[in-house]
Amino acid sequence: MSALGNIISKELKELLTPSAIIPIIVIALIYGSIGSSIENIQEGLQEKPILGYIDEDNSELSHVITNYLKNNTDVIFNSTDILDKSIGLEQVKEKDGVALLLIEQNFSKNILNDSQGDIEIYWIMKGGGIFDTISSDALERVLYSSSQEISKILIGGNTTINSTIALWPTKRIDTTYFKDKEIRLSPSTISGLLASQSTFMPIIIMMLIIFAGQMIISSMALEKENKTLETLLTLPVKRTSIVTGKIAASAIIGLLFAIIYMFGMNNYLQGLSGSGQLNLADFGLTLGNQDFILVGISLFITLIAALALCMLLGTFAKNFKSAQTFVFPVTMLAMIPMFITIFFDFETLPLIFKGLLFAIPFSHPMIATRALIFDNYLLVISGIIYVLIFAIVIISIVVWVFKTDRLLTGSTLTRKIRLFRKRF
Amino acid sequence: MAVIKVNNLVKNYGKFEAVKGISFEVNLGEIYGLIGPNGAGKTTVLRVMSTLLTITSGSVKIMDLELKEKPDEIRKLISYLPEDAGAYKNLTGRKYLTFIANFFNPKNTQEMIQKGIEIADLDDRIDDKVDTYSKGMKRRLLVGRALMTNPKLAILDEPTAGLDVLNAQEIRKIIKNTANQGTTILLSSHNMLEVEYLCDRIALIAEGKIVEEGKPRALMEKYNSVNIEEVFTKVVK
Repeated sequence: MSALGNIISKELKELLTPSAIIPIIVIALIYGSIGSSIENIQEGLQEKPILGYIDEDNSELSHVITNYLKNNTDVIFNSTDILDKSIGLEQVKEKDGVALLLIEQNFSKNILNDSQGDIEIYWIMKGGGIFDTISSDALERVLYSSSQEISKILIGGNTTINSTIALWPTKRIDTTYFKDKEIRLSPSTISGLLASQSTFMPIIIMMLIIFAGQMIISSMALEKENKTLETLLTLPVKRTSIVTGKIAASAIIGLLFAIIYMFGMNNYLQGLSGSGQLNLADFGLTLGNQDFILVGISLFITLIAALALCMLLGTFAKNFKSAQTFVFPVTMLAMIPMFITIFFDFETLPLIFKGLLFAIPFSHPMIATRALIFDNYLLVISGIIYVLIFAIVIISIVVWVFKTDRLLTGSTLTRKIRLFRKRF
Repeated sequence: MAVIKVNNLVKNYGKFEAVKGISFEVNLGEIYGLIGPNGAGKTTVLRVMSTLLTITSGSVKIMDLELKEKPDEIRKLISYLPEDAGAYKNLTGRKYLTFIANFFNPKNTQEMIQKGIEIADLDDRIDDKVDTYSKGMKRRLLVGRALMTNPKLAILDEPTAGLDVLNAQEIRKIIKNTANQGTTILLSSHNMLEVEYLCDRIALIAEGKIVEEGKPRALMEKYNSVNIEEVFTKVVK
């Protein structure tokens, strides 16, 4: 082999390690799954939304709307009597529908008298995630198109109606039923408002876990690389104190950075949404003091659990370079719940995904904010208890590892991996 | 009085037997050397003594404390200097010594730190970051760290490894003085001259077993050799 070939071969062997290859494959898989999710959204938008309507006006113009709905949606209930509203709502809920529409009396009369015709929409919202409002988005598109059908008639009929009314003849009055709450907003608006919170928290938590985790894994790896660990372990200090000290120091720095990130992200999101934004608090969707305490506890315990897990992984790291490999599983465990909680509502997930998300300890503070807005204390408190148990178990394992030879001699697992590499 | 009592010590790494039933005793104020080729098991024995590794079988007592049962108590009495030990790079030499002293006597660290600084003999460089030290300076700092705590037993793995002649000589003197002040020293070394100069007694280890033990001069006479190196070669071969 030539000198150049020899160097290239050596470089490739050093660079193409599992720690370099696995993250690329996993990230490619994540992007692939995001791509297929977006495809699902687009397919979801093509599906006919299920709805019911009450045409109280029962007029020529209201028929334009109802006919359009019959052709472009799956109508499972219709009536002309306002008294049927509660029956209609029940049926829509039963059939997993999106909304019940009520075309009010005087709909046509109002439009012909230069006022917008009112359509009350009673939305049934299942979840607050971006993916949960696909069918309501589809219905909003249908309603917009049906309104345009009326515009065509008004403009084509050479009427003397005000041009603004001709272009925008209908007005929506939204009421959304969501998790036992009645909110005077459309699902997409609620989802947008919730997203500002549900995006903010998971990103902060993900960054906090990765940052603090990387710190503690690197700290362990550097203790080994700089040959300070052996000295530390022979000093008159309890193994529990070494473990707790390392976790506490990383937690303090991690929380400090989290606060800085929070300020930055908060300003960023406020800047994006502008000053005239709607506020969830105006609709009773806000966290009380005890809710904030629960979120704080959830976040703190999760951080401790994450750091304990990272410390355990750090005991396997031989040096700073190999520490980067061990950060990867933690990164994945932080990124997966982050993406899921941004796009979906925990409660609308299939049972298996709920179980998986619950099992990932880093999910809980990400889920907590939205769950507490809708008073789901059981989920948050059970999550806190689960993460606390997880943290205690992992810390106990770390302390046990510190008391064994494994910390210095490497684990059976790492020895097996080394043996496997030598063979192949 | 025996500070160390080792009885039939066995240490396995999985299926590999690193130490195969070693027994020896070291008395108060004695310098005892473990001599042997690479992989003979010297460092493993020292790591066991310093509570870093667990015992597979056998018994080790330090100051009459059973190592298996009282590792936390033993750590208060010993000081271990690993062969390739390092110090925290972002600390200055003084801060590193302070960090260590705080584990032993948090209320009165000054005396201990001062002793460490004297042993390290780094002058003004003691306030520089460890990262800027040469290998010899770093080793002197670590020897200072190991001996400033007035341990009952100092365990030194290759204390002068990689040092130039002058630095090595200086460290040997420090070790000798420390032993004269009543500290028992257990060390390992490849340097036969060092062993001859420092050790009151030595044990030659090969393949995890003590193959010979005694005073350096007595061993030289026994094997009709001019130095320990020759004894070592005759015994190990």
